[in-house]
Amino acid sequence: MTTISLPRTAVPRPRLALGTEEATFIARSLIHTIRTPDALIMAVALPVMLMLMFTFIFGGAIESDGSYVNYVVPGIILLCAGFGAASTAVDVARDLETGIMDRFRTMRIRSWAVLTGHVVSSLVRNLVATGVVIGVAVAVGFRPVGNPAEWIAAIALIGLYILAITYLYAAIGLAAGSSEAANGYGFILMFAPYLSSAFVPVDTMPTWLQWIAQNQPITPIIETIRGLLMHTPLGNEPALALGWCALILVIAVVWGAIMFRRKAGRR
Amino acid sequence: MANAIDVRGLRKSFGGTEVLAGIDLVVESGSIVALLGPNGAGKTTLINILSTLVKPDGGTAKVAGFDVLRDPESVRGVIGLTGQSAAVDEVLTGDENLRMMGRLFGLDRGEAAARSRDLLAQFGLGDSARKRVKAYSGGMRRRLDLAISFIVTPPVLFLDEPTTGLDPRSRLELWDGIRTLGASGTTVLLTTQYLDEADQLADRIVLIGGGRVVVEGTPAELKATTGGEVVELRGASDELIREIPTDGTVSGLRRAIDELDASEAEGTITIRKPSLDDVFMSVTAEARELIDTKG
Repeated sequence: MTTISLPRTAVPRPRLALGTEEATFIARSLIHTIRTPDALIMAVALPVMLMLMFTFIFGGAIESDGSYVNYVVPGIILLCAGFGAASTAVDVARDLETGIMDRFRTMRIRSWAVLTGHVVSSLVRNLVATGVVIGVAVAVGFRPVGNPAEWIAAIALIGLYILAITYLYAAIGLAAGSSEAANGYGFILMFAPYLSSAFVPVDTMPTWLQWIAQNQPITPIIETIRGLLMHTPLGNEPALALGWCALILVIAVVWGAIMFRRKAGRR
Repeated sequence: MANAIDVRGLRKSFGGTEVLAGIDLVVESGSIVALLGPNGAGKTTLINILSTLVKPDGGTAKVAGFDVLRDPESVRGVIGLTGQSAAVDEVLTGDENLRMMGRLFGLDRGEAAARSRDLLAQFGLGDSARKRVKAYSGGMRRRLDLAISFIVTPPVLFLDEPTTGLDPRSRLELWDGIRTLGASGTTVLLTTQYLDEADQLADRIVLIGGGRVVVEGTPAELKATTGGEVVELRGASDELIREIPTDGTVSGLRRAIDELDASEAEGTITIRKPSLDDVFMSVTAEARELIDTKG
């Protein structure tokens, strides 16, 4: 095959040094987080309110000795991560809407790094929110018994869960097409913790619901955190928890990459 | 002279609708070319293909000698683009937007900050540098968007309707900026709906319609194709009552004036050179007839 090669009339700008895109986009997303406090307040206030509600309103009926807070905190932490990560879907969808993603795509950069920025800032935002939730929990009677190593393991698992669910929300944001739709789809996912062992033990549920609650990803993650911090039996829950997180992460990253390319050839 | 843009037989359809039906376009390095055409003519699609946002269905497109399909990386390394929607970050300030983009264009922190300061002043945004873009007016966003395209002087710059939404003063300033870039060797391909803009700025004008190049040439050449002077009849408050294109000869002018006389309309007569509007109208009318007879 012969091709007519035209003379080059310009030399392309060199590729950026490794990490420049990522650092720039992480900085951008962190500024976004600080300047849109509603997302941060939502990520912290809602779970705290739910925790107080469950502890003081339902808690007495569930366990009258006031120990319910020890049961419910791990679930609240995951709920909190879900709320916080959901705003990533909206952020990503908005980048597509405003056209700034198109501008990034015409520049000699790895525009995929835009997503890395959103994901890392979500991770930071959610770990801060998790810290606040744990602090309030301790103030209302949460008495964890884990040692430092168990705490580190629990926080690492929470971090992994946040990472996986944030990537999932980023992919949802790419798929949604508009920030309103992204918000709507994201809302559905936030109900997952209710159908798990987060608020009541699975064996108190009707049989058909038990099957769902027992086999969905949230339950083993919660049981692992509970095992580490409250010394409940761990069993094979940690392996299941890690497996689920890894699976969600892989699916979300692959789906995100496909959606990213599809949106690229959209028009 | 080498060609900065070289497009051969470029085709693109969206869901069965053919937007580009085999476009050929050659733009000399360092020239300013305006793409003119009615809405839906395919101007934006052509720009999007040249800036690697959209893949063509057929044909070839090269920018600065790099193929948009085979080497999009290198194409991205030589172009700048300001699209139709202001692609700026609303949460960041104007200064932060420019510094972020500067970093992504390969400037270091200090260079990016200095360049941001210069551009904000140049585009009349100095006072709003530390305000968030959310508080900017439409025209200010547009200017910030354009300023981003000027951070590094790209060898090839695409501007999709750059002056839409700008006030007359900003428009003139932008024209100056584009002329300066052109003089420094940057190739500029811009789309516009304003014929006077094409007339003022462009070395060459390419009129597209129905996904094809209908006519191209220098502004003077295009005006010459429509023929000679136009006779206008204007009323007491300068409103246009009638206009009759002529072939430019004495007898042609006399026929036109006789015709106005016979119509017994009151007013004053002026004779003017054909404008690009006349070219545009006659060419798009021809194109429409062509499509009608074809279908």
